[in-house]
Amino acid sequence: MRIGILALQGDFQEHATCFTKLDISVTEIRSAADLEIIDGLVIPGGESTTIAKLLNESGLNDSIVKKSDLGMPIWGTCAGLILISKELSESDPPTMGLIDIKTSRNYYGRQIDSFVENIYFASETVPFEAIFIRAPGIIETRGNVVTLAKSRNKIPIAVREDNILGTSFHPELTDDLRIHEYFLTMAEDSHKKLENLKEN
Amino acid sequence: MSTARKKTELKNLSGSIDMAQKPNNSNGEGKAIETGSWRLKGGLAQMLKGGVIMDVVNADQAKIAEQTGAVAVMALERVPADIRRDGGVARMSDPKMIKDIINSVSIPVMAKCRIGHLAEAQILQHLGVDYADESEVLTPADTNFHVNKWDFNMPFVCGATDLGEALRRIGEGAAMIRTKGEAGTGDVVQAVFHARTVIGQLKKIISLNDEELMTEAKNLGAPYELLTEVKKLGRLPVVNFAAGGIATPADAALMMQIGVDGVFVGSGIFKSGDAEKRAKAIVQATTHYNNPEILAKVSEDLGEPMVGISVSTLPKEERLEKRGV
Repeated sequence: MRIGILALQGDFQEHATCFTKLDISVTEIRSAADLEIIDGLVIPGGESTTIAKLLNESGLNDSIVKKSDLGMPIWGTCAGLILISKELSESDPPTMGLIDIKTSRNYYGRQIDSFVENIYFASETVPFEAIFIRAPGIIETRGNVVTLAKSRNKIPIAVREDNILGTSFHPELTDDLRIHEYFLTMAEDSHKKLENLKEN
Repeated sequence: MSTARKKTELKNLSGSIDMAQKPNNSNGEGKAIETGSWRLKGGLAQMLKGGVIMDVVNADQAKIAEQTGAVAVMALERVPADIRRDGGVARMSDPKMIKDIINSVSIPVMAKCRIGHLAEAQILQHLGVDYADESEVLTPADTNFHVNKWDFNMPFVCGATDLGEALRRIGEGAAMIRTKGEAGTGDVVQAVFHARTVIGQLKKIISLNDEELMTEAKNLGAPYELLTEVKKLGRLPVVNFAAGGIATPADAALMMQIGVDGVFVGSGIFKSGDAEKRAKAIVQATTHYNNPEILAKVSEDLGEPMVGISVSTLPKEERLEKRGV
């Protein structure tokens, strides 16, 4: 098992540290060729406009869409969530449209409005400290999208559609690794499926 | 500020939660358990890592910066090269200009206040500025004291020339550091010197035994608690960018290879011939700093760089780096 972290800009090292704590090998992804050796991809927090430009210039966006179509698990946090959304309220940046949600940038306000909230992820009964920094809001979920967590004002903040996971907050900034573990189970399932396909 | 409070806050550098933070209802019905806390302030800086923060003097430049891939813009009235040329007192920018910039871009907006000028800092916080830069590029308002940055919900970035200075600023509440370099020169030499100094001193602290830390705190003029934190983490407790003299994509790549988390480019972009092309190239170079093939490609045909001033020819009294250490 090897997890790739998109390392064009943002807090990719923080994600890498989380996976390393879970004894998982990590590769920093800066080109399309890097995608060939990984079982799952994380698109970290950062500036979505910046990452979108670097994705486009490196040709990585098309390769990521192809990998997503082949079933590779992909997880976007904050800026990463913006980049995997199908639709944005704003005209910029262009997104990869991997998950059928509508997202609004800087939904909760400016930095002064950034906050931490206790949330409940999936069926967990122990709260998770969710860190929201100039965070986007998921304002619409469609089709097969499942909401895994909501904030107290009822806005979805963690969503999944098949192999795609999105969170509007930053699990990589806390020591709580439960959401990283959740993504690893997605990657393990997909890894097993591919192995089975190869055997048959 | 009471000693007790300072101690609690410093303890939070390790990432523990400050439950004493006042609850806040800013996000509608949701109840936040923290706002304006240490990890939220430092967290925004973590999101800027691997990016380029560009100086802009108006909304049009801010839009160009955003379109070329800046992670944030620094709003100021004159870029350092012009402050240097014009002389006089350099102050916080007109709030109207800062508001115009805030309204014209979706990326974080930073703005500068003078060293020790807490009223300017309060104005910046009121305007909704995402990060204040208590900056030596402006004329210092206080020759002895910096702003007590713990009093603000808005995060601060401060300049530093060595580890002691960086830790003194963090002790005052700075959630991000930038090595100073020598702003407005286009000469990268001091940026390199300051970044190498901080990183070299960090390596030394990490190798020291616990009983040696107090004496080192005395030598550096740094808070002892923060030195123990540095030793425990194996790095600075906050994000560290390079600034002051970065003018080319290769300069940005050099700073990244030395080990900073990102770069500020001041006069280097909008004082050059083709600002847009140069800005894009510096963004690419900051991401692909270890890839000479990409660096060669983006460095090609960029037009005239800003006219540089060699730092070695600058009289001591014109060195901005000496302010507010």
